[in-house]
Amino acid sequence: MLTQAQIEELKERARHMRGHIIRMLAAAKSGHPGGSLSGVDLLAYLYFYKMNIDPQNPKMPDRDRFILSKGHAGPLLYSALAEKGFFDKDLVCTLRQFNSILQGHPDMKRTPGVEISSGSLGQGLSVANGIAIAGKMDQRPYRVYVLIGDGESQEGQIWEAAMTSVHYKLDNLTAFLDYNHLQIDGAIEDVKSFTDPRARFEAFGWHVIEINGHCFNEIDNAVTEAESTKGKPTMVIMNTIKGKGCDFMENQAGWHGKAPSAEEAEQALKELGF
Amino acid sequence: MGDRVATRDAYGKALIKLGEINPKIVVLDADLSKSTKTDGFSKKFPERFIQMGIAEADMMATAGGLATAGKIPFASSFAVFATGRAYDQIRNTIGYSGLNVKIAATHAGVTVGADGGSHQSIEDIALMRVIPGMTVLNPADAAETEKLVFAAAEHQGPVYIRLGREPMPTVFDENYQPVIGKAVRLREGKAATIIATGIMVERALLAADILNQKGTSVRVINIHTIKPIDSAEIIKAAWETGAIVTAEEHSVIGGLAGAVAEVVVQNRPVPMEFIGIKDRFGQSGTPAQLLEEYGLNPEHIVAAVEKVIARKDS
Repeated sequence: MLTQAQIEELKERARHMRGHIIRMLAAAKSGHPGGSLSGVDLLAYLYFYKMNIDPQNPKMPDRDRFILSKGHAGPLLYSALAEKGFFDKDLVCTLRQFNSILQGHPDMKRTPGVEISSGSLGQGLSVANGIAIAGKMDQRPYRVYVLIGDGESQEGQIWEAAMTSVHYKLDNLTAFLDYNHLQIDGAIEDVKSFTDPRARFEAFGWHVIEINGHCFNEIDNAVTEAESTKGKPTMVIMNTIKGKGCDFMENQAGWHGKAPSAEEAEQALKELGF
Repeated sequence: MGDRVATRDAYGKALIKLGEINPKIVVLDADLSKSTKTDGFSKKFPERFIQMGIAEADMMATAGGLATAGKIPFASSFAVFATGRAYDQIRNTIGYSGLNVKIAATHAGVTVGADGGSHQSIEDIALMRVIPGMTVLNPADAAETEKLVFAAAEHQGPVYIRLGREPMPTVFDENYQPVIGKAVRLREGKAATIIATGIMVERALLAADILNQKGTSVRVINIHTIKPIDSAEIIKAAWETGAIVTAEEHSVIGGLAGAVAEVVVQNRPVPMEFIGIKDRFGQSGTPAQLLEEYGLNPEHIVAAVEKVIARKDS
């Protein structure tokens, strides 16, 4: 159970991460704000409360791993890594620029703390399975966390991987579904409906928990429940708001892949208290 | 020389030996372990064998995850599925990240036989060769397969290993030691050079024998590493023999022919002829019927050499 002080700290970290995301996208003049902002609260929790990681030693063998399967939300991952100290916070304004360590989509060869390059959708759950299988083989204590998108779940490989996680009883793996109901071309339900993800994953054999993905207590309870669930992987369906924390972006498919202008960024930062 | 062994069988045996000396080796397969010959490893080291079911895309990305955790994964399937079905996973998860994954694909080329064109990979070299940082190996026989499987495990970074289904004559003995990236000159000759890869190496030697009887001496080079290709050896062949024939059991588009021609035209342009599959799919048949139909017999190489020499002299 998180204390009030811990929740306040996580809120402050999330606020700063949202600030990084707005600033980096405005500087880059392109990128994906909507699905970055919807995952901020989860990553604040993982990077500032849960995971055993060391920004000074990003390849520490027994570190917990976070895999960003929905790679277009790179700014989300970069905001957590910058805030945690994996690299200089000033570098966020180099996003998507020539020679930047912050590529348009995550590149593990360039960015300390990025566990896998991603961007082509549907592959991260498989990668996470591989790391979890290695952990089980070697009886290592680390846990693997992976964030997948709801639109991303239209990729067939997600379901191949969902079978693998269950077959190999990967209870050291916790997956999160960023269920914000929007993708580039519009509402998930209009593009290709995703009826009852809970029933789908349960039918595949997962332990499924459904939460408000912006509530730290609910995230914490779900992650704790996943840790004590043995013999199967856990899928945390996070009901989230695309563009969360920026009024004019919230629940707008149009903000999937469009950067804010300088004026819009200023407005968003003001809203966030900067 | 002379025994017939399939390179997939040599791969299966090499994996077991490798597993014994290197605990980091893990093997993945997509429900074809009896055909790819990873089943021997699976019985010997069940705790290090990961059966992925019929899910090649999932297999390749899972292998990527294992590599980030310090394992040396060998992922196997038929070449057509390994490189075609899972191309994006190989490109974006394994290749772009530069992960230490070894893709060992069997049933390459038309000698797959009866299964037909859907199962005969004629484009896998081309697909793997264009991925930056990917090493592409195509062993000629059983002995070379074993040595290159060991070398691939030592090599840091992604490697593609192309293997066949059909037992084919052996070329090398146990003392032979190939080095990744180094071509192997097997015959000396002056009139032209045959540059061959995979099962075509043995056939190139037979062609050289026929040509010798006809009074034409040709150099024969084995290219087991298609990438990084041994440019120096190819350029030397162009300078010293003035004509080149490439031979591969693969499409001439993007395969060995393309790789060698890229080196030749930029350094020492000379007449070239290509033995390989000419923009066609495979089909059912016996390996012997298919080798004849697709122009992959020693006689076809002989004709190509005679043609290239005539072009050189004209």
